[in-house]
Amino acid sequence: MENKISKNNKIDLNTEVSIAGLTFKNPVTTASGTFGSGMEYGDYVDLSRLGAVTTKGVSLLPWPGNPTPRIAETYGGMLNAIGLQNPGIDVFIDRDLPYLRSHDTKIIVNVVGKTAEEYCQVVERLSDCDVDMLEINISCPNVKEGGIAFGQDATRVEAITSQVKKYAKKPIIIKLSPNVTDISETARAAEAGGADALSLINTLTGMKIDIDRRKFLLANKTGGLSGPAIKPIAVRMVYQVANAVKIPIIGMGGIMTGEDALEFIMAGATMVSVGTANFINPMATEEVIDGIEAYMSRNQIYDINKLIGCVE
Amino acid sequence: MSMAKKECIKVLHNERIEEGVYDLWLDAGDMATRAQPGQFLSLYCNNGGRLLPRPISICEIDKKSKRIRLVYRVMGEGTKEFAELKSGDFLDCMGPLGKGFTLEGKKALIIGGGIGIPPLLELAKQLTCEKDIVLGYRDATFLNKEFEKYGKVYISTEDGSVGRKGNVIDVIKENDLTADIIFSCGPTPMLRGVKEFALANKIKAQLSLEERMACGIGACLACVCQSKEVDHHTNVNNKRICKEGPVFYADEVII
Repeated sequence: MENKISKNNKIDLNTEVSIAGLTFKNPVTTASGTFGSGMEYGDYVDLSRLGAVTTKGVSLLPWPGNPTPRIAETYGGMLNAIGLQNPGIDVFIDRDLPYLRSHDTKIIVNVVGKTAEEYCQVVERLSDCDVDMLEINISCPNVKEGGIAFGQDATRVEAITSQVKKYAKKPIIIKLSPNVTDISETARAAEAGGADALSLINTLTGMKIDIDRRKFLLANKTGGLSGPAIKPIAVRMVYQVANAVKIPIIGMGGIMTGEDALEFIMAGATMVSVGTANFINPMATEEVIDGIEAYMSRNQIYDINKLIGCVE
Repeated sequence: MSMAKKECIKVLHNERIEEGVYDLWLDAGDMATRAQPGQFLSLYCNNGGRLLPRPISICEIDKKSKRIRLVYRVMGEGTKEFAELKSGDFLDCMGPLGKGFTLEGKKALIIGGGIGIPPLLELAKQLTCEKDIVLGYRDATFLNKEFEKYGKVYISTEDGSVGRKGNVIDVIKENDLTADIIFSCGPTPMLRGVKEFALANKIKAQLSLEERMACGIGACLACVCQSKEVDHHTNVNNKRICKEGPVFYADEVII
């Protein structure tokens, strides 16, 4: 009897979700910049269990990133100012993409650029590659040009979205910044520009001071705050955006467990990304999937889609 | 599947050996079997507000009893928490991580500074060639007696309370110490001095570097150092201290 129930639960649980006509085996992906291109985590998790891997931001040319220290711990969170260090699109396509493709998971490539043209060039390079979706990072707070400069103004959000869309042969996710007065405005702008989905939130700009040395902890002075400390803000913003747009949302910000992920799903996210948790526990992504499944079994919810935006 | 994984392990012993410096023995299981001198462990705090692991270099490895020794300095809230660990307590730990020292050379010069001294103890133990050991401290010394088993030990202190007043380079020059390989770990200004000395005397040198880390496994790109050549992995002039390091050849890195 016991055996039959657990067998049924396993078979009957549907964790598949779809975004822009693509089906993901479960709603869990990785937050860009916390998972490299998957290679570093291959020893710890079965990448084929993930709904998708979202890569670290890729630019046209290799970027060296910011000076060190690039990281500082804060209570329940961390600040980072990596500065989008990445090997550039050529190495990404030649080395990282084949590695990811050898696993049974969807690939979301995060795209960064200093100018609108550069975003478009990267998107164009990826148009003939075997990737599933592109995530346009217009919300990195740690680079002077590009990044957040595009993400804080609704007019510019719409403009860059429609520009990128012209070159993209894959569905486009626009990654939104929480460092705005009203995130539903930038969300609506991305939707108007033709975005197929939205991801939120990127990190919140923060600062930490070493009072003994009377110096900034980060060489960049400011950094992006992530981790459990920001989760309530992120859940609220996902809920706000879910009520402002019709396109699907990938929710993130401090997800450590399946329970955390479910808050985002109930707030209206179709998928969720595990970010900072990967640094604390390299097995976090699989544990989040297990946690979601356990919740579904426990509560006899056989289709994850029933939970999306179900909060009342 | 995994070479390293996060595990909950038992504290065997934890005691203060000098002001702010603690000596921790862990029942490390397979971690001890795999560990090499110069590698590190990521130690996690129990306080959920302190999320990131603390990377601490391995001081001694006892493969037979599967124990690992860490000697660490209390630097902040996280290490303060470790200082309170008692034998029988458990803590989350991951490792061994990083690339350690390569055992080589016919005559070695081992140069350590401050809390950079502990990782050199296992190295000194495993290195079978002739060796001189130079240890630099601010004031109070620790572990120096244990090094005496493995070679001639020279000491410098900033205040002159023990050994020569000055720094490790002063000691090396004063005693005309030479070698065909240098192994060094310590504060960056000292490592710069060691690198300069090694270059001037055409001695190959392995330096163990440190930087603030998040993941410890090469993903976050927080703990990079500048490299002379474009790095194979990053495709820029940056190497990951947690992955390609913490031990580098002096001529590979710009410090």
